[in-house]
Amino acid sequence: MVEYGDIRVVYRGGSKINFRKPVISNDSRFLLCASGESVKVFSSVTEECVHELRGHTGQVTGVLLRPSNHLQVYSCSTDGTVRLWDFTDGILVRVKNEKGTFRTLVVKQVCVFVFAELFQLVAVNLPQTPDQLVEARDLSAVLSDVSSNPSTIAFGRGGEYLASVNNLKMEIYFFKKNKSYRFEPFNGGKNTFTCIACHPKDDCVATGHDDGKIRLWRNFKQKKEYTYSTLHWHHSAVSSLCFTPEGTNLLSGGVESVLVQWRYNQENQKDFLPRLGAAITHVTVSPDGALFSTSHSDNKITIIQSCVKVSAVIQGLVKGENVTTGLLVDPRSKALVLNGRPGHLQFYSLQRDKLLFHLDIVQQEYIHEAGLEQFEVVRAAFDASGLWLATVEERKQKSAELELNLKLWSFDEQTQSFVLNTTVSAPHEARITAMCFSQAADSQTTTLVSASRDGHFKAWQLGLPAHTDGTQEYEGPSWSCDFVGAYHGLVPRCCCFSADGSLLAVGFQEVVTVWNPTSWELLTTLSQPPGDVRNLCFGQLSCSKYLLGSNNKKMVCCWNLLTCSLEWSTSMDVSLLLVDSRSENMAAFCCQDGSTDLFVFKPSEPRPLFSQKAVCSGRVIHAVFTPREVMLESSEESSQWLNRSQLYFLTEFMDLLTFSTKAEEEKLMASSKQLVIDDTVAMTPFYLLLGKHRHEHLGNEESAERTPLPQSSVAIKELLQTPAHVLPATSFLCSMFAKSLLISVTETSRRVGHRFNLNNSDSDSNSSFRFRFFEDMTCFTRAS
Amino acid sequence: MASFKPTQIPDLPKLGEKITEDTLYWKNYKAPVQIKEFGAVSNIDFSPVSPHNFAVTAFTRIHIYGPFSQEPVKTFTRFKDTAYCGRFRSDGQLLVAGCEDSVVRLYDVGGKAALRMYKGHTKAVHVADFTTGRYQILTASDDYTCRLWDIPNAVELTAYQEHTDYVRCGVTSKLNRDLFITGSYDHTLRVFDSRTEKSVMTMDHGQPVESLLLYPSEGLLVSAGGRYVKVWDLLKGGQPLVSLKNHHKTVTCLALNSSGQRLLSASLDRHVKVYNTTNYKVVHNFDYAAAILSLGLAPDDESIVVGMTNSILSIKHRKNLEEPKETSKPRRRPSYRVFMKGKNFVPKQDDYFVSKPARQHLAKYDKQLKRFNVSKALDTALEAWLRRKKPEVTVAVIKELDRRGTLKNALAGRDEEQLSRLLCFVIGNFFDTRFTPVLATTAEIVLDIYQCVIGQSAVIDRHLIHLQKLLEKEIYYQKDLMEILGMLDTMFAFSLLRKESVDQIMFKSKMIKYEPKQPFIVKLTTN
Repeated sequence: MVEYGDIRVVYRGGSKINFRKPVISNDSRFLLCASGESVKVFSSVTEECVHELRGHTGQVTGVLLRPSNHLQVYSCSTDGTVRLWDFTDGILVRVKNEKGTFRTLVVKQVCVFVFAELFQLVAVNLPQTPDQLVEARDLSAVLSDVSSNPSTIAFGRGGEYLASVNNLKMEIYFFKKNKSYRFEPFNGGKNTFTCIACHPKDDCVATGHDDGKIRLWRNFKQKKEYTYSTLHWHHSAVSSLCFTPEGTNLLSGGVESVLVQWRYNQENQKDFLPRLGAAITHVTVSPDGALFSTSHSDNKITIIQSCVKVSAVIQGLVKGENVTTGLLVDPRSKALVLNGRPGHLQFYSLQRDKLLFHLDIVQQEYIHEAGLEQFEVVRAAFDASGLWLATVEERKQKSAELELNLKLWSFDEQTQSFVLNTTVSAPHEARITAMCFSQAADSQTTTLVSASRDGHFKAWQLGLPAHTDGTQEYEGPSWSCDFVGAYHGLVPRCCCFSADGSLLAVGFQEVVTVWNPTSWELLTTLSQPPGDVRNLCFGQLSCSKYLLGSNNKKMVCCWNLLTCSLEWSTSMDVSLLLVDSRSENMAAFCCQDGSTDLFVFKPSEPRPLFSQKAVCSGRVIHAVFTPREVMLESSEESSQWLNRSQLYFLTEFMDLLTFSTKAEEEKLMASSKQLVIDDTVAMTPFYLLLGKHRHEHLGNEESAERTPLPQSSVAIKELLQTPAHVLPATSFLCSMFAKSLLISVTETSRRVGHRFNLNNSDSDSNSSFRFRFFEDMTCFTRAS
Repeated sequence: MASFKPTQIPDLPKLGEKITEDTLYWKNYKAPVQIKEFGAVSNIDFSPVSPHNFAVTAFTRIHIYGPFSQEPVKTFTRFKDTAYCGRFRSDGQLLVAGCEDSVVRLYDVGGKAALRMYKGHTKAVHVADFTTGRYQILTASDDYTCRLWDIPNAVELTAYQEHTDYVRCGVTSKLNRDLFITGSYDHTLRVFDSRTEKSVMTMDHGQPVESLLLYPSEGLLVSAGGRYVKVWDLLKGGQPLVSLKNHHKTVTCLALNSSGQRLLSASLDRHVKVYNTTNYKVVHNFDYAAAILSLGLAPDDESIVVGMTNSILSIKHRKNLEEPKETSKPRRRPSYRVFMKGKNFVPKQDDYFVSKPARQHLAKYDKQLKRFNVSKALDTALEAWLRRKKPEVTVAVIKELDRRGTLKNALAGRDEEQLSRLLCFVIGNFFDTRFTPVLATTAEIVLDIYQCVIGQSAVIDRHLIHLQKLLEKEIYYQKDLMEILGMLDTMFAFSLLRKESVDQIMFKSKMIKYEPKQPFIVKLTTN
């Protein structure tokens, strides 16, 4: 097999942002969180990603502010490095190399890390050297046998002691005495510790437990005489605890997705912020106590203003347990569409790596309860123009029969979102196996075909508007069943429309049937036993006369529809066959021995254009071609198939991967270097439009300020010193005065250039100076 | 942030006939006034002049009724035998009628005795009408002839002997005084011009013709005979335009409404059907108690008069639209000032805004659901008003409780009264196909929970026995329906055998199976 060096598989987009506790900057303007192999800096007001701190080569496992400089941040990663960043500018300051992989990070005056392999808490003294790369050798173990979860370790009273919990043990280590106390107050049951928080002013430690209780521990300086009180509101495990900076309130969150605020010392008073969307995994408070943030299990960070109002939501790609809808591309927004929150579809922009919105499909209150069967979105399909969206939701109870709903959504231009048009309850008697829209963009009628395990496929068509008269309210057109088809009682597994919408292919087990969608005549049957048809695809563009099918007996067949005969067939165990709508190319994923191979080919010839062995480990469960915004101009034959569209795929471990060419990566790196952003304003499309203009404006403003005050000029002197009653008319003076304010162009440019040179020369000496400089500049614009 | 999502009340498809403008229009009549006549009512004719009295020909009498009277204002009784076809002249002054004894009589509407008698026919005269010239009478008789008479002299002007069977209907043109059309039991319609000696046009209806109707424009002719109503285009030389077969017995009478947009046909099958004259689809249907012989529509559709074989005359008057408006007083509302209070306040530059969050309005049951009070939520959903007027809401709440897995908790712990209310609801809506799946699980859970106390309360036992009987009945119906489906399957398979391949038979017959069964079931259970 030929190795294609310049195409490689990369992670792009959709990384987890709820993996570790986020950090809020001192001025509450930024929120930093670990996201895959980088640290992302979000604006807490606009929810936009301001910077991405790239550099780690492993997963980032912890982010913390540097106590001595609040504009710098430490991050640690599984690659064995701790990095110090200047996050307002997005500049890497220091790199420390370390053996082993760090799992988390907590900071006092010195840095303290948890070692991964041994689950040991280690203190690292950072040597004060100006070098970029520092090898830290000075390690000292503080605690052993700690949990891998960083929320089980906390510093109390400004770093006097350290508290750690693991399973049923709690350990408190006093730095001054260099002594630790161990408590094992419970014998077992559901009292396992889950998280810990220390009061910032008082000698009090709060712990969360598996049974939903919160315990406040006092008097722990002696081994025997400790006391504790219990708070109970959560019905299942408390996942995160946090004290506000002044210690007046305790925040707790759990699977109920309710943020509970307890008053310290008045524990029966509590406030709730319910319906935060998903189970809370982390709770943090900004250093000034103005903002709270909660991380949620659905890859979301919510920013809350003083426990009453949700002010911002930073949402990443939601990855549930399984993606049943598969990967789809919204033809209108080019967003990736897949299952999101329970009962929702998410629209994720791949270009901007941002979740656009969630579409509520089920429209029911989500009740979290173990063992409760929820409605789930299992199928979704877009029509070619993006005007219609069809979704299927189902709920299977153990005793009752399957509940199915087919919903059709129309795109509303005014609200720019999908509006429910028709709900068909129980469209089929059994699970729907496949669903597709007629692909022809210019046809008058839109047809949806759904195939089900009950042995039928149904065609749904948009009916004419109901006969309306003046007395009735207007009802728009709605969808209704047009045709029910079956073939010898076999179960249809897949269906596919041809590119021009003139043919429908339905795979009934071993037989492929071809139908005419206008008259619903059975045109022909194609079969290639043995083996059930798994995937069906019509060729595109110049190959539209071919129909490809793969079956579960390791065969791929290509039929010529003009002659209704087999063109070619080959032996491949294809698990996924998909077609690129922008070109003739087709991609086939073959699963072999725990890894997946990819073949890209044209239907007209059974010869791969591109193939790669072992694309990823595990099965590829879904894949999709997404159209590119800007076409690539690659002339190499092997990478030409990536010119018009990108191939994204999802593995069984829920990793979203894509193929990237060398040229593309270089382009991306170049663009990220170019991107210099004013840190006070988030990068929004609006900013990109107006920001440049403002920059120029800002420069002018500064130069005007730097010019010698015009009072020295003769005209001004005359104007100010002459008594008013002897002055000529103001209209006469005006033009003269205005002229005196003008400065010659050459003079200004020289001054500005000089100023920027100065700035560049001392940029690496002190970054906080630069920050002040930027603030000055914003002040000027505001004043103007 | 996400707020509480209220329970979804599904927009269920409405069963039964669709409400259209036509149904609203034709249902807007009062309950019929029924008058017993002496025999079968064979003809109804409205006077063309106000106050639009109508002549009702029944047995040996002709009664003239006023528009609102229930007693005849005038009666003509001087017939020796059964009278036929009492019709007004265009000025409403004269009335002509045929008779079984072959004599045609002319009356003054004010007088009593016949003004003239026209003798010449040899058999019963079933058709008599004035021509547009006002001085001639057209008659047609069972002696196969039709004749024109001069009114003042009582002289026969012309006789046409072209029909070969009884002539039972005829109509004169309103635009041309020489033109008239007759229909006969020999299946033909003939157009005559009194200036020529022969018929000018002949059309074959195919059935004995019972009734004729000319459109106001006189371009189209409608004929009724047998089960068919046919429309002919006279301007195209009598070309058939449409043939309607919506009745299952002989159509006896035709009428047009005042606007000419709707055609009415009455039949011996006890129905009056209303057609749209643009597409000839049935838009409405009236049911009557007996076979209908005659039908009349007052000008402006003020009343529909129907005469039946059981000698009942049924008069339906139009509802007056102004009446209900006067009774309901407009509710006093708060003044404009109250609503506008503070709305037009313009904030100053440095004012601090205190925004008030918009409160979400929730229905009573949703409020209880939000608090997880499942039993109370079910109670509120079972309130009398909701239960009767909007069963879909109650069912939606039960479904929501089931989805939350708390239906069992909500149903448990109820006393006799509450349980009987619940069972009443279940029984009342069990066979509404839209609700059956939900209510079946409800009934199952109720039986599970309360099986230990069955027999302790007479009321509950009665309900349960009732439910059981209903279920048995329903199962019986369903079985019957399945049998019918099986029969249909074989019939379709047989009819398709010659044309199409075996594959297609299979799915065609499947298609029939997927025709919605609901309307069938509902009809059967209500009968």
